[in-house]
Amino acid sequence: MIMTPSVWFRLFEWIPAVIVMVALLILWELLVHVMDIQSWLLPPPSVIAMEICNSFDILMKHTGVTVSETVIGFLISVLCAVGLASGIVWSRTVERATYPIIIASQTIPIITIAPLLIIWVGTDIHSKVIVIVLFTFFPIVINVVQGLRSVEQEMVDMFRTLGASPFQIFLKLMIPSALPGFFAGLKVASVFSVVGAVIGEWFGSSAGLGWFIKIAGGQFQTARIFAAIAVLSTVAILFFLLIVFLEKWSLRKYPPTAERVIRLGES
Amino acid sequence: MKVGSSKIPSKTASTESGLNSGALLQVSEVGFDYANLPILDNVSISVGRGEFIAIVGPSGCGKSTLLNVISGVLQPRSGTITSDGLVTRIERLGSISYLQQRDLLLPWRTVAENSRLGLELRGHKTLNSNKSVLELAKQFGIADVLGHMPWQLSGGMRQRVALLRAVLPENPVLLLDEPFGALDAISRRQLQRWLVEVLDTSEKAVILVTHDVEEAILLADRVVVMASNPGHIISEVPVVLDDRSYKFDLVTDPEFLRLKSAIIKMLDTQESVR
Repeated sequence: MIMTPSVWFRLFEWIPAVIVMVALLILWELLVHVMDIQSWLLPPPSVIAMEICNSFDILMKHTGVTVSETVIGFLISVLCAVGLASGIVWSRTVERATYPIIIASQTIPIITIAPLLIIWVGTDIHSKVIVIVLFTFFPIVINVVQGLRSVEQEMVDMFRTLGASPFQIFLKLMIPSALPGFFAGLKVASVFSVVGAVIGEWFGSSAGLGWFIKIAGGQFQTARIFAAIAVLSTVAILFFLLIVFLEKWSLRKYPPTAERVIRLGES
Repeated sequence: MKVGSSKIPSKTASTESGLNSGALLQVSEVGFDYANLPILDNVSISVGRGEFIAIVGPSGCGKSTLLNVISGVLQPRSGTITSDGLVTRIERLGSISYLQQRDLLLPWRTVAENSRLGLELRGHKTLNSNKSVLELAKQFGIADVLGHMPWQLSGGMRQRVALLRAVLPENPVLLLDEPFGALDAISRRQLQRWLVEVLDTSEKAVILVTHDVEEAILLADRVVVMASNPGHIISEVPVVLDDRSYKFDLVTDPEFLRLKSAIIKMLDTQESVR
């Protein structure tokens, strides 16, 4: 791969974050040794790294379970959310019938519904998928509705004077207009869906990283908990980056959004 | 439009009454309300094949609304509009070319993809519509930027793309709403000259809405003067200049100046009445 200046520059941008991360890990390692903290209370990064290596197989097995729940839940959520958002924009009746309920549903903490779902649908993958859908549905619907609504009346009129049908206007004007908002929703939902999977597993399951952490916690295997958390967070970050990559590719023709951020320290 | 000048006087004479059965576009006694507020009242215009009409008037006199009504975007309260035999609003939608004030280019489409939008919506094959785009792009001076994105173009170029998109479906009627309004004086003059060339050989009926009296006289065969509250027509001024092919050098011609001062006087009078 040819490293163009911009690629180098982008990698360069990551250096401060890496330095801070490494510094924190070193500080952690030193503090644990200097203050002689027991490993079951707070294991040093080196022990956590060892734990990841030692129980790599079992960690990956549970990661596989959590990832499949996450992906299935996420995809179902995207389909439902986009469908409903389209309905809300298409018809006032659909909006009036569903929008208040969707917003009201967000005031119920998902964590309180999870035990009910376990009672109703059991401890297999279905309950996790439902938790993920409930968790990630909202940000996608809101962003897609907002995106579809961002279309100007003048644009719609222009399409009509070119003889466009309502369906063509939706397909060729509203959907492309909503794409940036759609990806904004997906980015939030991608992180939420991993959290949703863990919450679902917490309340009843026999596999998955959430279940693994719960069991390890019961046995005071602190290093294992940290190992699982490290893997979980890596999975979430990779998922997020995948969405960012899809976003960059899908929006490659869109005008570049100038990043104008006010920085008082760099005046 | 430098349309064969001999035709113009006779056509203008017959259309001064606003009733011409041979007209391509016939607007008869059109009224339009917005939220119970009358915007247009009893507006009648007829435009023949190959004829270029300019509408001038103060801002807020309903010029743009009139184009929206003619194109079929808005439903008039009263009156009838017939365009090339099409009477209902739904029939007219999509059969009249309309260039709005803003270019309204889709930011995610290249110049070529923007230009062919009208053909695409009619179900033309991409290959065929690209061919049509390419043919006209040269004449429109945008052949070199067909692969560019709209945000890479200047305002004048964007407006050319928007006009190409409007005329590609080859509708017999073309409506232009202040197409050069947002441009600087130099681009404006260039585009006016260019528009005259582009439309020179066409048989389209054109209505141009503008607040620039000079632009109206330079481009049009007939200038319709509107007044506000509610918008109505106060006068129709035929533009008969000796040598239309050199029209752009005529800004100091006595006849040109006479027309200009007459129209400005009409606009001034209604300003003082308000």
